[in-house]
Amino acid sequence: MTIMTDPPNSGFRLSQLFSDTRYRSMTFQVIAFIALLLMFAYLGNNLINNLRAAGLNISYSFLGERAGYDLNQSLVPYDSESTHARAAIAGLLNTLLVAILSCVSATILGVTAGVLRLSNNWLVSKLMAVYVEIFRNIPVLIWLIIISTIVASSMPLPRAFRGEDATASMIFDAVAFTNRGVYIPKPLLEHGIFASASANWLLVLVVLGVSLFASTRVGRWANAQQEATGDRPQTLWINLGIFVVPFAVLMLIMGLTWDYPYLKGFNFTGGTQIGRPLIALWFALSIYTGAFIAENVRAGIQAVSKGQSEAAAALGLRQGRVMKLVILPQALRIIVPPLISQFLNITKNSSLAIAVGYADITATLGGITLNQTGRAIECVLLLMLFYLTASLMISGAMNLYNASIKLKER
Amino acid sequence: MKNSVFFGAMAFAGLAAGAASAGTLDDVKARGELNCGVATGLVGFAAPNAEGEWEGFDVSICRAVAAAVLGDATKVQFVPTTGKTRFTALASGEIDMLARNTTWTFSRDVDLKFDFIGVNYYDGQGFMVPKELGVSSAKELDGATVCVQTGTTTELNLADFFRINGISYEPVPVETNAESQQQYAAGTCDVLTTDASGLAASRTVFADPTAHVILPEIISKEPLGPLVRHGDNEWGDVVRWTLNALVAAEELGVTSANAEEMAAGTSNPEINRLLGSDGSLGAMLGVSDDWAKNAILAVGNYGEVFEANIGEETQIGLSRGLNAQWTDGGLMYSPPFR
Repeated sequence: MTIMTDPPNSGFRLSQLFSDTRYRSMTFQVIAFIALLLMFAYLGNNLINNLRAAGLNISYSFLGERAGYDLNQSLVPYDSESTHARAAIAGLLNTLLVAILSCVSATILGVTAGVLRLSNNWLVSKLMAVYVEIFRNIPVLIWLIIISTIVASSMPLPRAFRGEDATASMIFDAVAFTNRGVYIPKPLLEHGIFASASANWLLVLVVLGVSLFASTRVGRWANAQQEATGDRPQTLWINLGIFVVPFAVLMLIMGLTWDYPYLKGFNFTGGTQIGRPLIALWFALSIYTGAFIAENVRAGIQAVSKGQSEAAAALGLRQGRVMKLVILPQALRIIVPPLISQFLNITKNSSLAIAVGYADITATLGGITLNQTGRAIECVLLLMLFYLTASLMISGAMNLYNASIKLKER
Repeated sequence: MKNSVFFGAMAFAGLAAGAASAGTLDDVKARGELNCGVATGLVGFAAPNAEGEWEGFDVSICRAVAAAVLGDATKVQFVPTTGKTRFTALASGEIDMLARNTTWTFSRDVDLKFDFIGVNYYDGQGFMVPKELGVSSAKELDGATVCVQTGTTTELNLADFFRINGISYEPVPVETNAESQQQYAAGTCDVLTTDASGLAASRTVFADPTAHVILPEIISKEPLGPLVRHGDNEWGDVVRWTLNALVAAEELGVTSANAEEMAAGTSNPEINRLLGSDGSLGAMLGVSDDWAKNAILAVGNYGEVFEANIGEETQIGLSRGLNAQWTDGGLMYSPPFR
């Protein structure tokens, strides 16, 4: 005789949602999700009710209205007759400009400082340690104000360049350092191929891009030659030719001239002005974030096992090649993810711009426009959207790069 | 258990949202203190003195309102606001009134939902430049770098003035008055622009005030006045009539020195109504009958406030000009107390 125990009736009871481990975790997630939704619904509802009680509404029509204020730096044509939307775009481009400039210079500075911090030279490594510790331990806003103040009070006034007994003079009659910024000559194309100046410069960029593409092909060809014969052909002169010859020919055709800055009235006119606000913001963001990147780089290099460099040395590779071929490719896998967050930090920290009077998007849309129109919620929502989009794009691009250098399992 | 905490938090948030909608006058009385928004520091108008006490022309308005409502001019919490934060602070209820040389404009009054309760200073925007530049008119400022406080009407007037006159300039936006003084002193801008009264106040803090000139052009009308939130008319009335009381007191010859004596009763029925010995204007307003007397005793009448803070005897050295009583050819004119 066998004793058969029937399997329990598999009818589902509601209490199983809490008592049965198969369902319990899902139940709690659903509850938490609903609670979260309720909270947001409550907050949103509260906002709408309060706005209605105050007689206000949410409207973006102000973006089409005349802005009425001027900006000290704009990459697109802008004056006080333009709309608030255009002011926001001008600010947006200024934010992107300073973010890109700072990302590049902070990376160069950070990698240099990070590598030098590992130097065997005691003085160099200690100097870099001092740089890192000083700059990353003082808030970036303070650096911003310090640098702006130093530029403002140590550089000569434009009017110091005037007269017989001028106390300041231009370098090579072309570059002027003043407390309002640096004035440099501006390249002009006399007889461009296209009517508009920007189309001409776009052509120059295209030519440079083609040169870059050609030089990568040359690099590949050199690699193939090296694989086949063991000898690497000299590519330096070829590459130089690829870049210089088309560029020079193009410049000759289009008639490159320089527009030199000169003193007129209160300020220098002509040339290109790199304003004090941009210099202060760019410099502060670079040296501050550079200190963090230096630490990332140092950590990344030190994380590569010493055996790797010893093995490379045993194969007879020189110091520089050990770093380039063995250490850095492995270190990059560790360096890049924290580097992404440093780039995001730069972009977000650039919103401190108004402290030095730089016209970024927080200063235009989130500052003056917000103030003149009183549309605080609308402006802040737009700002959030912009910073979110910009950050996600940076992080998306860097993640692609990260994927390209990460360990490929074959 | 978790749920009850959550609903408790929600209920609390609901209560907090509800509390803000009660009348401001009752709120101030219940709190026993007036929250008054002022400038972050503009000598003569609103700045802490050496003892750390706020004083100035705008501060006196706050103190007068506190004296009228609470009977004590010291029961004021001063909230420093910048050109950017002032309206949000008022709209959100963080402050009960804003007395921060704020220009009365159509859009601020109508679109931003505030009520300007009057004008305590008729001003206009001017320019200040170092004397050594040799500039005698604002129209000679082509190409100049101009320091301007961001988020103000000044910024818009500046753009309009230069555009209309077909000359160019480079703006240096700054957040506070102190910062603009610093930038101007360091020479990062050639020109400082703000309301003429503010320029006069700023000039006093420079090492050599005589080295700077205020140009003759006044490029805008800037009626500066206190403001309150739109829709709370009882509170608006209290602030409006406190200001009017100070102006009327000057016209009627009531000063901080003789207000106590006059409150006993005079032959002039308007003074009696103002000071509370006749009628019950205070009760209509929802404050005590000696409200105006308290305000005048605390800060003096409008003329006294002017002379003590920004008048010709002070460092700021402003003459009454448009701000004289209407009987002296100015614009200060209080509706009758009747």
